[in-house]
Amino acid sequence: MNRYRRRTLVLELVMVAVAAVIGFPVYVLINLAVRAPSDTGSPIRPTTSPTLSNFTDAWQQAGLGGALINSTLVTAVSVAVVLAVSSLAAYPLARITAAWSKGTFLLVMLGLVLPFQLAALPLYQTMRDLGLLGSIWALVLFYAGLQVPFTTFLYVGFLRSLPHEFEDAAAIDGCTPVQVFRYVVLPMLKPVTVTALVLNAVAVWNDFFTPLLYLSGGTQQTVPVALAGFFGQYVSDWNLVFAALLISIIPVLAVYFALQRSIINGFAGGLKG
Amino acid sequence: MTLTEKAAEHVPRSARRRRTDPPWWFVLPAIALFAYVVLLPSGRGVYFAFTDWDGLSPDWSFVGLDNFSAMLDDPDALQAIRHTLLIAVAITVIQNGVGLLLALGVNTMIKSRNVLRVFLFAPAVVTPIVTAYLWRNLLGPDGAVNSLLAVVGLGSWQQDWLGDPQLALWSVVAVIVWQFAGYSMVIFLAGLQSIPKEIYEAAAMDGAGPVRRFWWIVRPLLAPAITINLMLSIIGGIKLFDQVYALTGGGPGHATDTISTLIYKDAFTLGEFGYSIALAVVLTIIVAIVSSGQYLVLARNERAAS
Repeated sequence: MNRYRRRTLVLELVMVAVAAVIGFPVYVLINLAVRAPSDTGSPIRPTTSPTLSNFTDAWQQAGLGGALINSTLVTAVSVAVVLAVSSLAAYPLARITAAWSKGTFLLVMLGLVLPFQLAALPLYQTMRDLGLLGSIWALVLFYAGLQVPFTTFLYVGFLRSLPHEFEDAAAIDGCTPVQVFRYVVLPMLKPVTVTALVLNAVAVWNDFFTPLLYLSGGTQQTVPVALAGFFGQYVSDWNLVFAALLISIIPVLAVYFALQRSIINGFAGGLKG
Repeated sequence: MTLTEKAAEHVPRSARRRRTDPPWWFVLPAIALFAYVVLLPSGRGVYFAFTDWDGLSPDWSFVGLDNFSAMLDDPDALQAIRHTLLIAVAITVIQNGVGLLLALGVNTMIKSRNVLRVFLFAPAVVTPIVTAYLWRNLLGPDGAVNSLLAVVGLGSWQQDWLGDPQLALWSVVAVIVWQFAGYSMVIFLAGLQSIPKEIYEAAAMDGAGPVRRFWWIVRPLLAPAITINLMLSIIGGIKLFDQVYALTGGGPGHATDTISTLIYKDAFTLGEFGYSIALAVVLTIIVAIVSSGQYLVLARNERAAS
């Protein structure tokens, strides 16, 4: 069973073939992104004289530089806030068994079921009244609250599986609750923090619906909104559009391949609760 | 002995432990954000679902259940609800079926297993709107899918995959399966790798074939992974917006409209906020029913399996 047999070889070939089929769109994406718009041959024929001019054109016209900075800023700030407030809240919610604690936890878990479409429209008015419409800070505020239930759920589940003796010992030694949290609880939460970081960052970076609502009409854009706008303008100029798409996924894939082990483990293990 | 000293001596264990309890106000920042961004607006949303508010004017009137009864007379809304459920079920079945097969294939002795795992999961981290625009081109009349069919001699299968009302919904499903089958695979794979090899080998020794080994050993032990995967794909399918918006915009006609795309159109192109939020309430109810029903069924199965 543990040997490499002929059947294993057949399976290997089948799996590689399946991977090739799944990877086919990526080939076309690259193939057309480096093709001059004047070349109207079949999309699957390898491009004979590749050019990089689509990339420079797309970069300038889609405003991708600003969008990448905005997306990075929104993701970094909102995920940092979510991790901070959720881990802090998870500490009493996981350790205290009083009724108020259980009730609060259930209230937060209600957020796992509520689709954000329900809150998104009334919140549009709130954002307008706050003068945040069209600003990326509307997104930061929204994600910071939206991701609380899921992140708290992860932290509480993880914390409940940890012994509380370390916290008790630190308290007996004279630590204040804030110090216990900062120097004892937080370091123990590191594995689940990595998971929460990965899942939240991917969700925030990739979201399209929220920035479509709250950024429309403004000058600030995130990557998905910039791409949608660019596509609307150059809908038939596929070589340019593909270059823009490729530029936008290169940073994502670079991070993914660099950190693939923690990212895949985050997705695979994070939801065991 | 003074009274205070006496009291201190009789402090019950539970009260002494309380000294190390974290303070309640630790929950405040999270609750404040959550309430301000999710709870209160959702509550207001439910309220507006019973009004005729247009989203802009300062006054509105209470219309009772009018928005919901209008929905029953609105073929677009009923169709969108049907599409939403159909997409959710189709994605759940196909994506998890493909994901499980990929996981079983990768969880073997093949040499490329680690590379394949990383490669097959990669689409899941890419922005959905990017994959949707990519596929919008691939599935077009002159796109790569049709070109490929011609090359392999299946020219008669060529279609306008997103332009044909009969096919468009299934093309959307196919794109989502392409992107997220690797996600299902990774979760199944984590479940498969937690199954001790000895159990599997013992069953093989006792003469159980691959199918029986899968059904009687792998499937029950995979129950937690199955639960997670079904929850993720069905809820994701019900809320689907980005991919439909970028692939078809709900078209051709209304052939691929889901509840989410209709919410967006009604609110932001037609200005019917009340009606749009009523649709969001229906979406909430569907999510709540499906997730609680699924939770109950799967929790029972998991107990039965363990």
